[in-house]
Amino acid sequence: MIQFWRLFRRNRSAVLGLVILILIIGMAATAHLFFPEDPFRLAGRSMSPPGENGFLLGSDSLGRDVASGIAHGAKTSLLIGLMATLVAVGFGTMMGGLAGYYGGWIDDILMRVTEMFQTIPSFIFAILLVAIMKPSIESIVIAIAVVSWPAVARLVRGEFLSLRGREFVQACHTLGMSDARIILREILPNCLSPIIVIGSLMVATAILIESGLAFLGLGDPNIMSWGFQIGAGRTLLRSAWWVCTFPGIAILITVLAINLVGEGLNDALNPRLRERA
Amino acid sequence: MSRTAKRLRYVLKRLLQAIPIVLMIVIVNFFLLQLAEGDAVDVLAGEAGSATPEYMAELRAKFGLDQPLPVQLFVYLKNVLSFDLGYSFRHEMPVLDLVMDRFGATLLLMVSTITLAVGFGIVLGLLAATGLNTWRDTLISIFALVTYATPLFWVGLMFIVVFSLNLGWFPTSGMKNVAAFNDTWSWANIKDVAHHLVLPTVTLSLFYLALYTRLMRASMLEQAGMDYVTTARAKGLTENRIMFVHVLRNALLPVVTMAGVQVGALIGGSVIVESVFAWPGLGMLAFEALFARDLNLLLGIFLLSALLVVAVNLVVDIVYSSLDPRIEV
Repeated sequence: MIQFWRLFRRNRSAVLGLVILILIIGMAATAHLFFPEDPFRLAGRSMSPPGENGFLLGSDSLGRDVASGIAHGAKTSLLIGLMATLVAVGFGTMMGGLAGYYGGWIDDILMRVTEMFQTIPSFIFAILLVAIMKPSIESIVIAIAVVSWPAVARLVRGEFLSLRGREFVQACHTLGMSDARIILREILPNCLSPIIVIGSLMVATAILIESGLAFLGLGDPNIMSWGFQIGAGRTLLRSAWWVCTFPGIAILITVLAINLVGEGLNDALNPRLRERA
Repeated sequence: MSRTAKRLRYVLKRLLQAIPIVLMIVIVNFFLLQLAEGDAVDVLAGEAGSATPEYMAELRAKFGLDQPLPVQLFVYLKNVLSFDLGYSFRHEMPVLDLVMDRFGATLLLMVSTITLAVGFGIVLGLLAATGLNTWRDTLISIFALVTYATPLFWVGLMFIVVFSLNLGWFPTSGMKNVAAFNDTWSWANIKDVAHHLVLPTVTLSLFYLALYTRLMRASMLEQAGMDYVTTARAKGLTENRIMFVHVLRNALLPVVTMAGVQVGALIGGSVIVESVFAWPGLGMLAFEALFARDLNLLLGIFLLSALLVVAVNLVVDIVYSSLDPRIEV
């Protein structure tokens, strides 16, 4: 762990990303302390510019506090990004592991399916899924996971393919270990680092997809999110630029921080890659 | 076997490989339609205001909706293969006509975006790779990192605020001025459309620009370490000649492949950008269909865009195999 931290620390921008990410997580966790009221509530005069009428970042056409929306929206973005990634990584690892370990028809089917997923425009597919399942946190998480898992599956399959012929796996077979034990306890720990890296970068993509869906009006109607704020503020561009601007900056900073952390993880977990670059 | 015959066989093989993928997409489409609440008859009955159960059953029988699922799937496949994508009850038009009507605008946006993104991506990647670890490289890398993290719809809105509302350089939305309402290929018209095209194109190309810049930089660096570069240097070629003639040509290949792979993502991005700028293409149509809960139309757009990706990948593969003779045909 200390060894890992020492490697991670060498990448300055990754540390910066981590600090920003911790701040954003802190903002999400304390949203209900600083803004105890419902972010959808009318908090005061509508269309107040930033800094006026007690609004730090202004208010929108219905008098909703933009700053409160950003704080509460952080929770939504991080939660959906994390959950969608967990589902996608879990399912993708399972499918990729099975395909890589057993090969044969399982592998054939998986490869055809991932090929199809690489062909269909994933964002439109996500829109369709959410529209059909009706917008809610669950349907958004499922839709993002459905369009994200094939990338994980391909990666894990490749790792399993290259590891399953190694001597230590053959030794396990000789010892009479069950397939499940070899897959879960022997091979999987050896390909955790690439899975962690792809997972961390996937959180960033998931947040971008979520904000895009919410912008198009496919967010959970009961939950404040950054994409929703921007979508609601787009008609006010001429008169109230701040409604759209600040939530967008929040998305940008969050996604950037996660990407930086992801690249730092990549450098720290795959030292050989870094030396080559 | 002659070279042309070989090439022809390769094209044929790739066409055959595309068939199962197309079939799979159509089947996914069919099941998505099944997953949705209510069928076409429910929609029609809802539009009519009231309908007796007997009448609805009669309608279902007429549309074949009372048949078992495999039969329905077969009928659906047959319809799609004969380019019948169903009927949009909102627009009271066949889906295919609607989609084809909007196809040109999207194609225009996509072609201009790819040209801009690939062109500038190659230049920026080249600049970064030739000035490795200088301020130029750092600046370009930071630019790529930031654009990679920016939501497209937000960039579009910010462009509207700055360049349309404050500076007044470009129109906020649409494809042409209402005043100049005609479809002729006059010079004024082309200029008008081009003027409207600038902001959507720049917005949509930003993300891909970042992608191609990073790819080009990595590709240049990888090629620079190859043996043939050492050979070129040993025979006394100038560094500029090695970089721009030998390395550049080889480094371009992965960028070309990526341009094909990214077409699917580009269509997804165009939904967002078109709805921001009210660009009257497929993406805007999808946005309208979403609001009108017009599922038939949404599925039609999805199917067509997936087919477009298959077609583009096919073309890229074929072009690629003739660009690079090392590829096995």
